[in-house]
Amino acid sequence: MAPRIGVYVCHCGGNISEVVDIQKVMESLEGPVDVVQIKDHEHICSEVGQKLILNDIKENKLDRVVIAACSPQFQGITFMKTMEHAGLSPYVLEMANIREQCSWPHYDYPQEATKKAIDLTKMSLAKARLDIPLEKKVIPIGKRVLIIGGGIAGIQAALDLGDAGFQVYLVEKDPSIGGKMAQLSKTFPTEDCAACILSPKMADVPNNPNIKLMTSTEVKDISGYIGNYQVTVTRKALYVDPDKCTCCDKCVEACPVTVPNEYDEGLTTRKAIYLPSPIAVPHSYILDDKTCLGLFPLACSKCKEVCEPNAIDYDVYPTEEKFTVDTIIVATGFDIYDARQKRVYGLGKYENVFNALEMERMLAYAGEGKPLKDIGNRIAFIQCVGSRDEQVEHEYCSRVCCMYATKLACLLNRERPGKEIYIFYTDLRAYGKGFEEYYKRAQSEGIKYIRGRVAEILEDPKTKKLTLRAEDTLSRKIIESEFNTVVLSVGLIPNEGTRHVAGLLGLSRSQDGFLKEAHLKFRPVDTLIEGVFLAGTVQGPKDIPDSVAQAGAASSRAISLMNKGVYEAEPITAQIDESICIGCGMCADVCAYKAIEITVVDAHTGKKTAVVNEFLCKGCGTCAATCRSGAADVIGVSDHQISKMIEVM
Amino acid sequence: MQEQPENWEPRIIAFLCSWCSYAGADLAGVSRRRYSPNVRIVKVPCSGRVNPFYIVKSLQQGCDGVLVSGCHPGECHYSNGNYYARRRFAILKRLLEYIGLEEGRVHFSWVSASEGDKFAKVVNEVTETVRKLGPATRLVKHSPVDGVVN
Repeated sequence: MAPRIGVYVCHCGGNISEVVDIQKVMESLEGPVDVVQIKDHEHICSEVGQKLILNDIKENKLDRVVIAACSPQFQGITFMKTMEHAGLSPYVLEMANIREQCSWPHYDYPQEATKKAIDLTKMSLAKARLDIPLEKKVIPIGKRVLIIGGGIAGIQAALDLGDAGFQVYLVEKDPSIGGKMAQLSKTFPTEDCAACILSPKMADVPNNPNIKLMTSTEVKDISGYIGNYQVTVTRKALYVDPDKCTCCDKCVEACPVTVPNEYDEGLTTRKAIYLPSPIAVPHSYILDDKTCLGLFPLACSKCKEVCEPNAIDYDVYPTEEKFTVDTIIVATGFDIYDARQKRVYGLGKYENVFNALEMERMLAYAGEGKPLKDIGNRIAFIQCVGSRDEQVEHEYCSRVCCMYATKLACLLNRERPGKEIYIFYTDLRAYGKGFEEYYKRAQSEGIKYIRGRVAEILEDPKTKKLTLRAEDTLSRKIIESEFNTVVLSVGLIPNEGTRHVAGLLGLSRSQDGFLKEAHLKFRPVDTLIEGVFLAGTVQGPKDIPDSVAQAGAASSRAISLMNKGVYEAEPITAQIDESICIGCGMCADVCAYKAIEITVVDAHTGKKTAVVNEFLCKGCGTCAATCRSGAADVIGVSDHQISKMIEVM
Repeated sequence: MQEQPENWEPRIIAFLCSWCSYAGADLAGVSRRRYSPNVRIVKVPCSGRVNPFYIVKSLQQGCDGVLVSGCHPGECHYSNGNYYARRRFAILKRLLEYIGLEEGRVHFSWVSASEGDKFAKVVNEVTETVRKLGPATRLVKHSPVDGVVN
């Protein structure tokens, strides 16, 4: 029986019809007997438009629908739902992209655009004729979540999910959770002490019975699919039993090795055995085997000798742990831009040039009445170091630097009166709640904002004072002024861990290197991988409130998936024609998901054939293009369908 | 170079992977980045889905140029389909040239979802290269009379 196809051509409120001659498109489709009706509509995606489709499907007994409108990646899901409401399979719908790929880029060639729209619609029609009414695959889904990264976003997501009764595995590569926020002095715009608002949340994590916290742990491998992700993690050897350690500090006194302390950005030192930070969770000492004098063979062992609770054991090794989860939240955070690359600013070369995170640590110490060094009275901040800078290929704005510089300036100003603080900025971006008010307050407190990029910094070799050269672009004056300390407001960049996890999961990255969301506006925490979500700065620079909000969004997206108990997956998968398959196994070799197995189907003849696991198969079709005998194909994007589309040309 | 018939416009078919290049083509449209309207787009799940037969069939059908575009190396949504596509394509290209097809009719590119500008540039380059080569006649299937079989 011939299919009954209904075609709709959308005007998109002029977006399409102002360029493409809709009437011509419709006329060109007339003729074939299976095209039962051709209609146009001002906004086919509107409720009225969708109702029209619903009615037509019922009244004209349509069993295929072709919509020539916007990109299927834009409104495809809307129309697939309409199909479902009408009782049809969403896979007998084809969309011709005559907006994004036709009327918009060809707005100055209306005739050619109309020709192209006709061809594209005919191609969709050719494909629709061969569409099969597929049903979604139903995958059972449990309540286990892996959260990668224990910064504020990961912590928030873990607490949200743990409180909601889901089983959370929180994996953090560092010895303590807390992330970058744990290093901050205070937070803008309220000037809350970062540790004071963060540490209660950190403490909640191990106290939550639903959260399994794994620090000093890295994700080694992830395979599988939504509802069945197989995770392998490597747990580093800690050498100190957190249950026995009483944090008495005797081991630290005994340890002869002194190395820079990462928590203080190298401004202070620590021993090879140490407490990661004063607010560390889990609150236990750890032994850093990379800086220890030697464990295999044992070279020193002084810490063990003084450890009264006998918490230290040198005879431990990294272990691997495997577990299964249903969904994954990636919250691997960011790194700060390494400002040593901007040589004109002299970080690492000049004694009194610091990056902003170093200043955060210095202020945290100063706040406790234990200043690390005298920073003098004249202080300059340089904004957009490693952000909005095409020279270093970071075109994006890091969003937090304007406000953190304002905060640091306010804190420094208040710490000791008589300071003169200048902020050299490109554009001042005070976009968030309470930000503009904070900026105004800083100005009223005497912080001076100069619009202009600093060209270079020179250090006086004797006094170590710094001379800045910049242009004030508002007054058009060249400024050359001497400062005691310069702070570089460094931007946020994607970190190594993010790259690693993106590789394991096959997540795509945006041009800026941060992970890409499924839809910038409507699916900001989803990824294109089913059951994998993003939280925090892994998706792009953002401040603490936004990271927390996104973590909440990611956990609620994960909850809404898992609460259903089943997940409906795309039915577009590879298919093997057993009668042709010779069991050569080339398809299995190229399959990235290990979804194809070669099995003996006839014990007598020994005939082998490829068998597809439809839950593992993602429908990429690499097997089908590799198959020598033509036995492999993809249902829903078959060779036959694509042939017919080519024939339109 | 052969003589070009009057008003001849090259017909280009593009096989774009749905994750990167198809989204890149969408972005070109969203950014109103103009490019040659000669291209007709076929969405495939992955550049690895592109069977060499599609390219040959397109040329038989009278297409003057073929473009296959996928995710950048290392960024394939299906982890490595684009590598297989690249390998397959390199062999096919040599074969096509061996049997007399002019160089410059079949193209392969990497265009990510964020590269609308690059997509437009690639399409324009392919169109201009093919325009210079003139109509492709080498593999076109002719009917006994005179005309392209459709």
